Amino acid sequence: MSMRTLPLVFINLGGEMLYILDQRLRAHNTSEDNSEKGVWSENDRKRVMNDIVGTMFSKAFMDELLKPQQLYSHRTMKTVLTRLAHASIMRLNPASMDRLYELMVMAFKYQVFLCLRPKDLLLISYNHMDTIREFVKDTPMVVNQVDETHRKIIEAYSSLSEGELQLLRQTLLIFFQDMHVRVSLFLKNQIQNPNGRFALMTSGPVPHGTDVPGLIRIFDCRGREVRRREFPSGGSYTSSIREGSFELHGNRVIRLGMNMYTVDHPEETHTSRAPSVKTDGSPNPLAKEELNLLARLMGSMKTENKPKDESGFRINLFNTDEEEEEAGASASAEESLYGVINIQAMQDEQAALELARIAGQFAEEKEEKPEKPSNNKGEELLAMMDDL
Amino acid sequence: MYHKEKSIQIKNSASALYNNLSVLRIAPRRLTHFTVVHANMVNMVSASWDGLNYTHRQLQSKEPNVATSTSLIMQAAFCVLPSRDLLVVTSQKGIQMYESDGSIMVYWHALDTPETPTAQAVFARGIAAVYENYICVGVSSGAILVFDVPSKGSNITLSEVLEEHKESITDMASECSGSQECIANLVTADDGGNLCVWKSGEEFQLLNKIPGFDMSCSSVKLWKGTVVAGYGTGQIRLYEAVTGILHAEINAHARWIYSVDIAPFSGLLLSAAEDSLVRVWHMTITPETNSVEVVHLHNECVTDTQICGAKFCDGDGYAFAVTGYDLSEIIRYIQS
Repeated sequence: MSMRTLPLVFINLGGEMLYILDQRLRAHNTSEDNSEKGVWSENDRKRVMNDIVGTMFSKAFMDELLKPQQLYSHRTMKTVLTRLAHASIMRLNPASMDRLYELMVMAFKYQVFLCLRPKDLLLISYNHMDTIREFVKDTPMVVNQVDETHRKIIEAYSSLSEGELQLLRQTLLIFFQDMHVRVSLFLKNQIQNPNGRFALMTSGPVPHGTDVPGLIRIFDCRGREVRRREFPSGGSYTSSIREGSFELHGNRVIRLGMNMYTVDHPEETHTSRAPSVKTDGSPNPLAKEELNLLARLMGSMKTENKPKDESGFRINLFNTDEEEEEAGASASAEESLYGVINIQAMQDEQAALELARIAGQFAEEKEEKPEKPSNNKGEELLAMMDDL
Repeated sequence: MYHKEKSIQIKNSASALYNNLSVLRIAPRRLTHFTVVHANMVNMVSASWDGLNYTHRQLQSKEPNVATSTSLIMQAAFCVLPSRDLLVVTSQKGIQMYESDGSIMVYWHALDTPETPTAQAVFARGIAAVYENYICVGVSSGAILVFDVPSKGSNITLSEVLEEHKESITDMASECSGSQECIANLVTADDGGNLCVWKSGEEFQLLNKIPGFDMSCSSVKLWKGTVVAGYGTGQIRLYEAVTGILHAEINAHARWIYSVDIAPFSGLLLSAAEDSLVRVWHMTITPETNSVEVVHLHNECVTDTQICGAKFCDGDGYAFAVTGYDLSEIIRYIQS
């Protein structure tokens, strides 16, 4: 399958993550939780955005992503995205990150599933980058990083044929396969059904380059049309709309990839599992290649030294009471259906220990290739964590 | 014209891959095999005609005797040869051939994969059994591997490599009318929409090249010397194989076509796409007078589903089966 999925995966998943965090940080400017400093000022929010965007769009990180490689497991993606989120002063506990990840992935799945043609994947990515640029517009240095990355993406993907982009899309669809987490915003807007599946309309504009279905044309040996006949298309399609811009700046025209979340309705980001879905709790032994990727990506992320006296900002992303009710009513013992995303600021040492613990889990698991023990790589990774 | 029958449940959901359904009808045993690809495995279900027995089997793409992680499968297809039937599975790592019930792997061919990954993906895709005893498989580089298959046993050999396409092979098909008179008996398609028409033999002969318009041809069939091709634009085109003359053009679907199939005894044509629609057409082809007629007969909508496989279950087109992305069932339709 495609070897070029990673940059688009991170830009789009990272973009969705930033949309959600931005919404939450704007919505929370009262101290209803128990944190010492409950108030997120405008500056705090901008700082968080700058920190995360700056890390995600750093040259080192992006260059790693742009190397041709396979798309790895959700576990690896989640680990790297957690680390990205932790590039700021915010901290997310594992359960919160799980919820946030589900939300990000379902949003991106929706965009990939519904885009009219594979090339629109690029426009979706550019929509994310345009909004990210807006988040950090007051910090020229970070804007430059986003622009540089955007140029590299244009360079890497503009020459791909529709067939190659469809292969990329098919690779992403395998990545999202069987995920049917219900998202309140999607259910409310009826783009998702109660069973978790997205609604696919047999109406609306056809993709750029496609004709409205309904016509059969017959030609003779000389290429002249001798007959034309119509047939019922079973839908109500209209001609394609104008093509969006694939340049650094421009009107993308399509709306997929734009920020759907509004400040006034935080309950939109509630998610719940469809009852029939079983959580995959079994550990997924990471192949050596995945561990290598993880090490490279983690290593390429710079972190700033945070002053020790800067105490924690803890924030609940969701309404705790409502979520606990919902969780109590439907959750089974093993599954964590809590909607609360707790963002905590832990001391840096704690953060490093937490990450080391996660990395340690990978190192301990059996690898599929028996000839080389995984301990070496795991130790290297742990050492890298301690240095950060 | 058709109505929905009871679906067959499969162990996993279908992946979004072109031509993701293969059907083999075994009349003497009164059962039909179906295969559907899910990521790195092939779900096989054998359904008895009385509807009472369903046997499931799962095949993974694995090199024999090597404990590496499995690779993603691109396609699984039954190949019907005069002396035997085989199940061919193509993946990122190579090509596997099994006995048609999936019980034994009889052949493994590894693809050349570079040491460090290149931006160009490596995989095999496009499978066809060709007169008289060949199995052809396409590769992402555009090459076509021709395997010589003996009537029994595992002494399958790579007989030839055809290098004509420059883009990844998407699909291929052999002449399915059963007529020995057709000169061309293989058509191959690629990501640029280019079609090559071949005559099989000890050395395959290229008879014609029909250029694409930079739009991927994802599914192709050959019947009575006519190529039926489905494209990413949702169009279906009918070409005379040997001359390349365009006989018909249908604005068939609003999204990328994933499968076309023909019922050779009746001339029924089946097309399915990401737009959630399956359409049934009828073709009348008279090679002597060079005339082609296409008529639309029927639509089926599989709600909220991007269809990835659609095949007739028999040579008359009395029944057809459909698979969709994220769907864990094979949906069946039967003529009313």
